[in-house]
Amino acid sequence: MNKKTKEVLFGPILDNNPIALQILGICSALAVTSKMETALVMGVSVMLVTAFSSAAVSLIRNHIPNSIRIIVEMTIIASLVIVVDQILKAYAFSVSKQLSVFVGLIITNCIVMGRTEGFAMKNTPGLSFLDGIGNGLGYSLILIFVSIFRELFGSGSLLGIRILGLTRDGGWYPSNGLMLLPPSAFFLIGIFIWVLRSVKKNQIEEG
Amino acid sequence: MIEHYLSLFLKAVFVENMALAFFLGMCTFLAVSKKVETAVGLGIAVIVVQTVTVPMNNLVFQHLLKGGALTWAGFPNLDLSFLGLIIYIGVIAAIVQILEMALDKFVPSLYNALGIFLPLITVNCAILGGSLFMVERDYQFGESVVFGFGSGTGWALAIFALAGIREKLKYANFPPALRGLGSTFIVVGLMSLAFMSFSGIQL
Repeated sequence: MNKKTKEVLFGPILDNNPIALQILGICSALAVTSKMETALVMGVSVMLVTAFSSAAVSLIRNHIPNSIRIIVEMTIIASLVIVVDQILKAYAFSVSKQLSVFVGLIITNCIVMGRTEGFAMKNTPGLSFLDGIGNGLGYSLILIFVSIFRELFGSGSLLGIRILGLTRDGGWYPSNGLMLLPPSAFFLIGIFIWVLRSVKKNQIEEG
Repeated sequence: MIEHYLSLFLKAVFVENMALAFFLGMCTFLAVSKKVETAVGLGIAVIVVQTVTVPMNNLVFQHLLKGGALTWAGFPNLDLSFLGLIIYIGVIAAIVQILEMALDKFVPSLYNALGIFLPLITVNCAILGGSLFMVERDYQFGESVVFGFGSGTGWALAIFALAGIREKLKYANFPPALRGLGSTFIVVGLMSLAFMSFSGIQL
């Protein structure tokens, strides 16, 4: 693997994270993270959609007229999301019920749109595919980080397996209800950004 | 009847606030809330687009996509609801485009004020989310008009408030790593916590 490929694939994970630095794809990051299972499914779905839509847009990038490119990109993304949605409904129905409208909202997830528009329009299909995977990984990383904290401290389990015994079942851990509520996701991502930027000082914004 | 619509409206604005309870439209919410002026422009654009697209998608859903909706065309067993996503986003993109042209022609002052925000709205998930919630909750046409207007208003209200807070926060002395995005996340978290006090209100 040469340097450029590596940079495209692993860069978005910490150096150029879609959520923490590019402010892309935040809506779903907050709503699906109260359980690790949904966060994992969502991360994989977004990764696949981003990778394949970037590759598809990149393949036809020289034939798309500039004025209608957004609609063309939207159509490609929407078709891929429909495929993902149908697969989830067929093989993981309960997860797809919990994700409710958020699978559909991958269409307007700015990561997908942002990468096709910002990267795939200028690069070859292979690189665009890797860029999609990389950004999907960066996105999943934050989702998994947030969901581990929320599920562990909110309901005392990980992936549905009990880790901390809850007081209401006779254990020792009084569950923290705030973690299951939406605002905790904001605090956790805020703290993640704080830690990330304390380590990587070049990401600090000018005050 | 009016009571029902009023409670639906208040619920969409406060209890089920698009931005602070469902986190929809977060990307633009965080990116375009540095100044109150731009936030007001975007907020109004969202209200307008949401009020038009939700009822429009409701008509499309009720008369074309829903199972058995195509009986009038001779297909009583056809269920096209799986095509929903692609159709809704198409309708939204088309309406935003039409709105842009219409505003440019008839109300140029508003067009200039909204500027780049109109095209941006196509990829605002609050808009698509509104249509998807409308389908999931099976609203009738009248309800969808009220819901569209209410959810747009709620989103606009949230972005006005955040922009106001962020303008003041410019003078605060944060740890360097928390400056900008990090502090915004925490502020939005606190706002969302405040909005949670509306939940549980029975209307």
